[in-house]
Amino acid sequence: MTEPTEKQPLLAGIELHKTYGSTPALDGATLRIWAGEIVAVMGASGSGKSTLLHCLAGIVRPDAGEVRYRDRELSAMSDAERSALRRGEFGFVFQFGQLVPELTCLENVALPLRLDRVRRREAERRAAEWLTRLEVDDVAGQRPGEISGGQGQRVAVARALVTAPRVVFADEPTGALDSLNGEQVMRLLTEAARQAGAAVVLVTHEPRVAAYADREIVVRDGRTRETVLAPR
Amino acid sequence: MSIGQTFLGLLEATPRHGYELKRLYDERFGQGRPLHYGQVYSTLARLLKSGLVEVDGVEPGAGPERKRYAITTAGVTDVQRWLAQPEKPDIYLQNTLYAKVVLGLLTGRNAADILDIQRAEHLRLMRELTRRKADGDLADQLICDFALFHLEADLRWLELTTARLDHLAATLHDEAAPTPPTSPAPPTSPAPTDGRPPQHVPTQFSSQETT
Repeated sequence: MTEPTEKQPLLAGIELHKTYGSTPALDGATLRIWAGEIVAVMGASGSGKSTLLHCLAGIVRPDAGEVRYRDRELSAMSDAERSALRRGEFGFVFQFGQLVPELTCLENVALPLRLDRVRRREAERRAAEWLTRLEVDDVAGQRPGEISGGQGQRVAVARALVTAPRVVFADEPTGALDSLNGEQVMRLLTEAARQAGAAVVLVTHEPRVAAYADREIVVRDGRTRETVLAPR
Repeated sequence: MSIGQTFLGLLEATPRHGYELKRLYDERFGQGRPLHYGQVYSTLARLLKSGLVEVDGVEPGAGPERKRYAITTAGVTDVQRWLAQPEKPDIYLQNTLYAKVVLGLLTGRNAADILDIQRAEHLRLMRELTRRKADGDLADQLICDFALFHLEADLRWLELTTARLDHLAATLHDEAAPTPPTSPAPPTSPAPTDGRPPQHVPTQFSSQETT
């Protein structure tokens, strides 16, 4: 794949349409993400913002429109290719960490590396580094059920970044946290992503969370609305 | 913010000179807008005249004599009263925006754009405050948080108003429709049948504007 340029977005969803049963979720949504930027996708419940994220991440196939990552069209890829892309290039943080309850936090963070056949010792060394960066190295040996929600989300962020992804998809990452914990997660997520040069697609309905992004896109009735700038 | 009462609060711990009060005020509450010396000394003169502070000592220096001010018992009572009093909720912004939205609808403009422009401006300021928080100490963080939560409340209002634009437009249209001279005037909106009072769109939130 070629490197994205200043004129070419890293990731783009163009005129995306998606309907669940008779309910339209996306109705011509368009969004372009450039390398290293943090973009908040905002909108009310049911506006289609999570469906947009799932389409961009190759989790859901749109009914019409195209999703391009660098110079490749996701719908032209096989399922195996899309899975490999998600594992290698994308990281994910969801509202409820979705950590594997049977594994320790260290093993959870090391898991994406192990799936990519990185040797255990090396995977756990890198996982430990990320737990330290996310300020949760003290829970490395604990299981997700034994730690707080805020700690769990920071472990989930470490897991999302451990593979050095080009894009991190975060779907309401602070939705289940109180203000203080939510703030810590956002600060650490955005700092770590900026240092790693990863783009972040941040789905949220909370303006204070969106304020950590470089810009925002509003989804309304399945359509995206670019920021309208005030005349200067 | 009341400079006088803030000075009284700063004097409660210990007597201070005017320049020291200015420095403390600027550091803790100035937010990049330092006080002028004229404001400092006119405020102290007013507090002195009201009996809320007194001159605790005068020190000769190279320039003019330096007065040290101390809070009086009446000053402490005044601070206590001020601290116990809630601030007036500021509805100025919503009032103005509401007027803009109504005027936009009445003149056939895109009222959603008016709200979106405001939303973008709010978020721009929120991003700025969030960056300032990241670089600041705990005091900066608390002050920025206060502004952020207020801006967030405004944004919720903007979002809700956007969702209600069609309803608002229809109501305004009904109100603006000419009434046939021979028939009795219809209500501005259909009266609910469940006993609730009929809805109407207020012409403004309040006749009193804060500045």
